[in-house]
Amino acid sequence: MKKTLACCIVAGVLASLGCQAAPADTTAIKVGMILTYSGPDASIGEAIDRGAELFLALHRSDLPPGVELQLIKRDETGPTPDIAQRLARELIVREGVQILTGGQWTPNVSAIAPLVTEAGIPYVVMSSGTASTTRLSPFMVRVGFTTWQHSYHMGQWAAMNGLRRASTIVSDYAAGVDAETAFVLGFTDAGGTIVSSVRAPLRTADYVPFLERIRRDNPPALYAFNPGGPEATRFIKAYDDLGLAEAGIQLIGPNAIVPDDELENMGDAAVGVISASHYSADGDRAANRTFVNAWKQAYGQDSLPNYFAVGGWDGMGAIVHAIRAQNGELEVGRTRELLSNWSNPDSPRGPMRIDPETRDVIHNIYIRRVERVDGELRNVEFATIPSVKDPWKELNPEAAGGASSGGR
Amino acid sequence: MIASGHSSTRLLDGAVLVGLALFPLLMPGYLDLGTRMVILTLFALSLDILVGYCGLVTLGHAAFFGVGAYAAGIFAIRVWAEPVVGLVVGGAAAALLGLVSGAMLLRSRRLTLIVLSLATVLIVQEIANKMNWLTGGADGLPGISMRPVLGQFSFDLFGRVSYTYAAIVLAVGFLAFRAVVDSNFGKSLVGIRENETRMHALGTPVGGRLRMAFVMSAALAGVAGALQAQVTQFVSLNVVSVELSGEVLIMLILGGAGRRYGAFLGAPLYVFMQDYLAREDPANWYLWIGLLLLAIVFLAPGGLTAWTGALARRLPWRRP
Amino acid sequence: MWEFVDLLISLTFYGTAYGMILYCLAVGLSVTLGLMRFVNLAHGVFAMTGGYLTVTAMSRLGFAFLPAVAVSVVAVGALGMLVERTLCRRLYSAPILEQVLFSIGLIFVSSAVARYFFGPLAQPIELPAWLSGRIDIGVGVFPAYRVFLIGAGAVLAFAIWAGVERSRFGASVRAAVDNRRMAESVGINVNRVFTICFGLGTGLAALGGSLGADLLPIYPGYPNDYLVYFLIIVAVAGLGNLRGAFFVALTFGVSDTVVRYFLPDLGRILILLMIMAVLSYKPHGFAPKTHA
Repeated sequence: MKKTLACCIVAGVLASLGCQAAPADTTAIKVGMILTYSGPDASIGEAIDRGAELFLALHRSDLPPGVELQLIKRDETGPTPDIAQRLARELIVREGVQILTGGQWTPNVSAIAPLVTEAGIPYVVMSSGTASTTRLSPFMVRVGFTTWQHSYHMGQWAAMNGLRRASTIVSDYAAGVDAETAFVLGFTDAGGTIVSSVRAPLRTADYVPFLERIRRDNPPALYAFNPGGPEATRFIKAYDDLGLAEAGIQLIGPNAIVPDDELENMGDAAVGVISASHYSADGDRAANRTFVNAWKQAYGQDSLPNYFAVGGWDGMGAIVHAIRAQNGELEVGRTRELLSNWSNPDSPRGPMRIDPETRDVIHNIYIRRVERVDGELRNVEFATIPSVKDPWKELNPEAAGGASSGGR
Repeated sequence: MIASGHSSTRLLDGAVLVGLALFPLLMPGYLDLGTRMVILTLFALSLDILVGYCGLVTLGHAAFFGVGAYAAGIFAIRVWAEPVVGLVVGGAAAALLGLVSGAMLLRSRRLTLIVLSLATVLIVQEIANKMNWLTGGADGLPGISMRPVLGQFSFDLFGRVSYTYAAIVLAVGFLAFRAVVDSNFGKSLVGIRENETRMHALGTPVGGRLRMAFVMSAALAGVAGALQAQVTQFVSLNVVSVELSGEVLIMLILGGAGRRYGAFLGAPLYVFMQDYLAREDPANWYLWIGLLLLAIVFLAPGGLTAWTGALARRLPWRRP
Repeated sequence: MWEFVDLLISLTFYGTAYGMILYCLAVGLSVTLGLMRFVNLAHGVFAMTGGYLTVTAMSRLGFAFLPAVAVSVVAVGALGMLVERTLCRRLYSAPILEQVLFSIGLIFVSSAVARYFFGPLAQPIELPAWLSGRIDIGVGVFPAYRVFLIGAGAVLAFAIWAGVERSRFGASVRAAVDNRRMAESVGINVNRVFTICFGLGTGLAALGGSLGADLLPIYPGYPNDYLVYFLIIVAVAGLGNLRGAFFVALTFGVSDTVVRYFLPDLGRILILLMIMAVLSYKPHGFAPKTHA
């Protein structure tokens, strides 16, 4: 009886092992994509997904003949690392994906990291801006952006362009604190002085008390960070209600404070806000115009891509490149090498490439101002900082012995 | 409701344990899903003590789950990565919070209790967020690398050890739950739920009993949280959220509160639905789950166990 | 010194405006939960629906702001009465657990429906010219919209006091809740009273959602985001204490604003601890004690 039981258990285990020990089908490469498709942050996952799908639809012919890319999608339902990890495990073990992608939330990516290292699966992170993320696994390559690229350079640009004193207000969570640290360092390094710093809890309904403080301090510039979405709108409304713009306080920040899709809600209150981003829908490049047109054709004339969508687009580009260069027969070491050295001089965001040393993205950072163009509110680029590496990693070289996350 | 001690109860209890053991044989490729079901069943079981047997509805139970998870995770990283000890640490930390918050919460009922429990979980979440040097804040606490269970079985990629470990913890938890619920203490809780004034009149130390039950419920929830931290080797703010508190309440009500097996039906069903819809129709997850909840309210009040109980009573050999 | 007075005035003003919008949103819940003892966690759903209707009426049908609000209040009130008659009525005697489950189900379904029809992003609302900009109210220059909120809240509080608390209708509701059979035997049509009462509560929610739409954006996650605030106000005021809800909302609004100004880092924790202290000390809130 025990022997039969043992045989059953062994058979079961072998069966599950057998499912993914079968030789990779040379005609279908499975790529797993884990994003958030439900709940309050589904719009971000949707944007990334659309970017990826659009690239795939327009570049099917880039794949070697007879090779098909099968995109297997899973919904992680939000910043829930346990679900994301389970989905990653399912995709790797049960579905046998050869490349994993997605990567919308830092905690989810962190939970998946040890898994991809153990299973030896390259992971293309399309979003998630925490600088230290790529150090969590040598199999990770990030094509999105880092918070430090935006905030550090916002600080540098501000100090070097007449805004010598600034206050900061950020949402009190890891990404907000990260952004504050980055801005302060960039700003003070370039000679600026910080007047005051305030942290507001996440999901603040009324920003007035915090901004009232700023109004009294009356700095020439206010650097803000919030998670975007309705929160960004509430912030701008409070900023407008208190008359901070009239008082001469220039609002600056990363792209999250003036997301392209929230601009209409913010109304004229947002005009004049200066932000730093690696991508604006309004970017004046041929590649971007093609991208935006293709987007509108696929998803409706009223819809616009944002920087999340570009992450999806470029991530898929990197994956297709890796498949094409290996003619459909993926070998892990070679895939990692191809991904880590990938470059796209013609991305909608401008020229971009991956730094093989850090496996992180190098791209231009644009300084933009919100303006009304043809009756619509747009983020209009007016200055460019070219080929920006991630400042945090430059300032915190990897100590012997692995990842350090002191930069937070 | 099934009377305890009845032979069918013992049979069903045994069936539950057998089911737990057979799962990896029946569905070997789904062990990670099974592990998640097991952890959440334990969590829902802990809530059942409060909601089902004491009649206290709270929306803050994730505070205990989360405290257990963080305690076990931080303990594993900074002190000792032994799994079983970690479970005890998690349970103890949650029990401590249960003791402190119980003193404040248990003088209220209904709406006030709901609000106080919400406030508790929000405060714990804020503290976890702010103390990010300890908890990792919103980015989470990675690097929880557990030593092998009992020195022998190391956690692996396929999740076999995880499932077995979790299932054993659930089985032990269920036995503890049974012991509480079948005892006189447990019966007095039901008495308090049904008619608190009367129990006072009978001289029962109502306050003391409820506090005791609260602490037990918290401890069990803490163990479930610790289990999750160890199995996923990661903790993040979502373990101490209002959303999770709502989810576990839904799981329990789906299965049926106060009916012994509610957690075992509700939690796996919810997890299964979530997994299925995440694949097939993720954008409409809320719609389907909402409709299911409304259906349960109007068509099967008392949850699935009540419904199956009613069906079972119609079976020919059960009719009197 | 004057700086400090100026600061206090400013904080008081903004705190009061914030408190007023919370009152407008919470008073409807005080009616359904407080008066009718029906645990309606889905209160925010009606506020959200009101907000969506107002925004749609303004942008698609060209209504002006106040008429749009009026239309949405009436529509949502009617919807509330419909929901009460078909669904809620069966749950009055159900255990609290069922009522909670029902509310959660309603929240989920309505969020999904809102997302389907309106998308996940917040709705832009264009305030009329008379509500934009800033006006001088003597003690300082403040945004017209927030001045309006304070005024609207005060008017609403008075209307509720006169129309519900002191009227026969209010008395009938209290009678019907306290002792249904007695009320029926005295000739009160309890079913109708409950329906009207629920409609009133949901209509008030719609009013709050519409008036506050510029401050608290309308999007599918609306019911979840602000639920805690309404519940706190109703719990601290005490069930059935409509007048108390007004004062509690104001106190909460001002204290929250002041605390967040002086202690931004600890603000949320401090406020929550204060709420917990108050409720532990007074579990029934500040409701005047009538029965147990």
